[in-house]
Amino acid sequence: MTRQMTGAAMVVQALKDQGVEVVFGYPGGAVLPIYDEIFQQNDIRHILVRHEQGAVHMAEGYARSTGKVGVALVTSGPGATNAVTGLVDALMDSIPILVISGQVPTFMIGTDGFQEADTVGITRPCTKHNWLVKDTEKLSEVIHQAFHVSRSGRPGPVLVDIPKDVQFATGTYTPMEKTRTAHYQPRVQGDPEQILRMVELMETAERPVFYTGGGVINSGPKASQLLREFVAETDFPITSTLMGLGCYPASGKNWLGMLGMHGLYEANLAMHGCDLMINIGARFDDRITGRIKDFSPGSKKIHVDIDPSSINKVIRTDVPIIGDVTHVLEEALKLWRARGRKTNKAGLTQWWGRIAEWRSVKCLTYKNSDKIIKPQYALERLEALTKGMDRYITTEVGQHQMWAAQFLGFEGPNRWMTSGGLGTMGYGLPASIGVQVAHPDALVINVAGDASWLMNMQEMGTAMQFRTPVKQFILNNERLGMVRQWQELLHGERYSQSWSESLPDFVKLADAFGCKGIQCKDPADLDDAIRDMLAYDGPVIFDCLVEKHENCFPMIPSGKPHNEMLLGDADTQGVIGAKGAVLV
Amino acid sequence: MSPLNIKKGSSSHSAYDLRDPNAVVIETHTLAVVVDNESGVLARVIGLFSGRGYNIDSLTVAETDHASHLSRITVVTTGTPQVIEQIKAQLARMVPVHEVHDLTTDGPAVQRELALFKVSGKGEARIEALQLAEIFRANVVDSTLGSFVFEMTGTPEKIDAFADLMRPLGLLEMARTGVAALSRGV
Repeated sequence: MTRQMTGAAMVVQALKDQGVEVVFGYPGGAVLPIYDEIFQQNDIRHILVRHEQGAVHMAEGYARSTGKVGVALVTSGPGATNAVTGLVDALMDSIPILVISGQVPTFMIGTDGFQEADTVGITRPCTKHNWLVKDTEKLSEVIHQAFHVSRSGRPGPVLVDIPKDVQFATGTYTPMEKTRTAHYQPRVQGDPEQILRMVELMETAERPVFYTGGGVINSGPKASQLLREFVAETDFPITSTLMGLGCYPASGKNWLGMLGMHGLYEANLAMHGCDLMINIGARFDDRITGRIKDFSPGSKKIHVDIDPSSINKVIRTDVPIIGDVTHVLEEALKLWRARGRKTNKAGLTQWWGRIAEWRSVKCLTYKNSDKIIKPQYALERLEALTKGMDRYITTEVGQHQMWAAQFLGFEGPNRWMTSGGLGTMGYGLPASIGVQVAHPDALVINVAGDASWLMNMQEMGTAMQFRTPVKQFILNNERLGMVRQWQELLHGERYSQSWSESLPDFVKLADAFGCKGIQCKDPADLDDAIRDMLAYDGPVIFDCLVEKHENCFPMIPSGKPHNEMLLGDADTQGVIGAKGAVLV
Repeated sequence: MSPLNIKKGSSSHSAYDLRDPNAVVIETHTLAVVVDNESGVLARVIGLFSGRGYNIDSLTVAETDHASHLSRITVVTTGTPQVIEQIKAQLARMVPVHEVHDLTTDGPAVQRELALFKVSGKGEARIEALQLAEIFRANVVDSTLGSFVFEMTGTPEKIDAFADLMRPLGLLEMARTGVAALSRGV
């Protein structure tokens, strides 16, 4: 049966057929027909944001915490350009989202019409793929293809740009099952020969380490389950990138903590000293590798990735395995078990001995104070008081983000939403709303810095309107903390523009939005204040006044290898050379 | 070029990798990319090269299969072997890209380019230009009392050689299509 309908009706029908429950968006002239359709139905909920960037980050938060495709709807011109940051953020972190944008009518395209922008041109390098649909007959198929592309292979953002006349015109609806997707089918099964080599190397390695990333989480909960079994049965140590936190539980005995620029000492030294690196769904980002030349010099490297272009991009791999993490882990685990569950026990015992020495350094130690709240202490208390709760954490970008990664423990995947690749300040607040929309009864906390949080604070209006009780836990140091830290270490303590002089009164700001505001500055009051925040049934802005000059350690300075970590302030004198200062 | 002076791209035809692993080898590869003939597809491919800092020495594109809306992009690029591999992987993962062939390593291939040369001259130089054109099998497609337009098809090297000869004889303008290439045999 063929169904005739308008382009606008097709959009809503296609979203329903794809199982979409919620759309984050902002109306405008070029999307009014779609908004009219949304008005006349109740299956899809619309969350009205305050700025289109917020809509895209909410869609990201929704997608990261559910594994489903997040959807945002924006108008032409400024609506679409405001969505760009979120698209690139999702591209860098491989998050499946669909942005639908309105466009001026086809006959006006190219005339510099009101609110016209070359949206597909602007977003071409910001998306996995994008489409400008000029014919209503093709619209529904394109939307179904967009969902397919977004979630297949390495997930990512897609955009469909729909001129207003295409939304008004009538055409034939192509259902999901009749949509042609054959030509985009990324490979998911790993090469059996390479999987055999992987298992053989794992059987003999003396100093192996699992290096896991966001790919494990993108592959679905089963990937995390298989990884846990593999780690438990081999007794290999495991570390993860910022994006992969939660794929192995932080309470697990083989957990080394996060690696990388602000990763744990034991994790980075294990990476440096290993003889077998098993990279599962991570991409050798520059935050991880430090100086390429000296990156893990003595190891054989296995790299499992669904994206062939990740293989050998920066680090040469000995055993490349192109495939989906779940499939590859399943095959590898089956083969390793069938071959007799062999590991180099003597080597491993020694290896764990060395790791125990590195652990004993206790690299996260900080000097606490009973007069002022240390940011690390604030997060330790937040962790202790929310332990065991149905908890989701989002963050902004900066020192607080690194401390959150160091001091909060994640027991499962999809519980930690942070902007890794792009490092988007302003991500956390809207993302927390997206997570809360997906999980209405869960505890959702955005660990924020004062500067990042202000970048998208208008979304508190969204949180109030849609009754999402998100907790905004702001570590307020009245500084751009990470910028300040780099200026201290690299630029002779010349703190150029890294000081926010006229911060708002966050408690009054909370009042103005109609939510609860809490300020805390005395370490003795902190536990009660956090409990107040958790007990309140609604959004909370928690202004936690912390030490202003705290630096985030450990730290691998730019351009240094893993074994030249700085553990504290005493280590920092003159360590970063001119070459390192050029890097970011 | 490596110290061993091995020809560009030759290692894949040998059982041994003779390249010096420490030398930075810059190779030239001809890639054939079969893509959906949809709007913006060329911008996507070019954007990939400019966005990631890859080189384009030559680029040609035209629809080659009208029925299934496929176009063939032939791109000549240079880079280290690692960069060439990246370029191929980056191209292959694009949604409208169906196939990526490396004509430099996939086996023998033929490469042709068409060029037009406008040469002005009188007397000796004019006769000399005409004689050289015959030797190079270039056709005269336009002539006036003071000028010729030659048309020539050949490898980029042949076109370069002809242009070098024409320059002192009054080469005014030159237009070339860029390389089209196919693998030999089936």
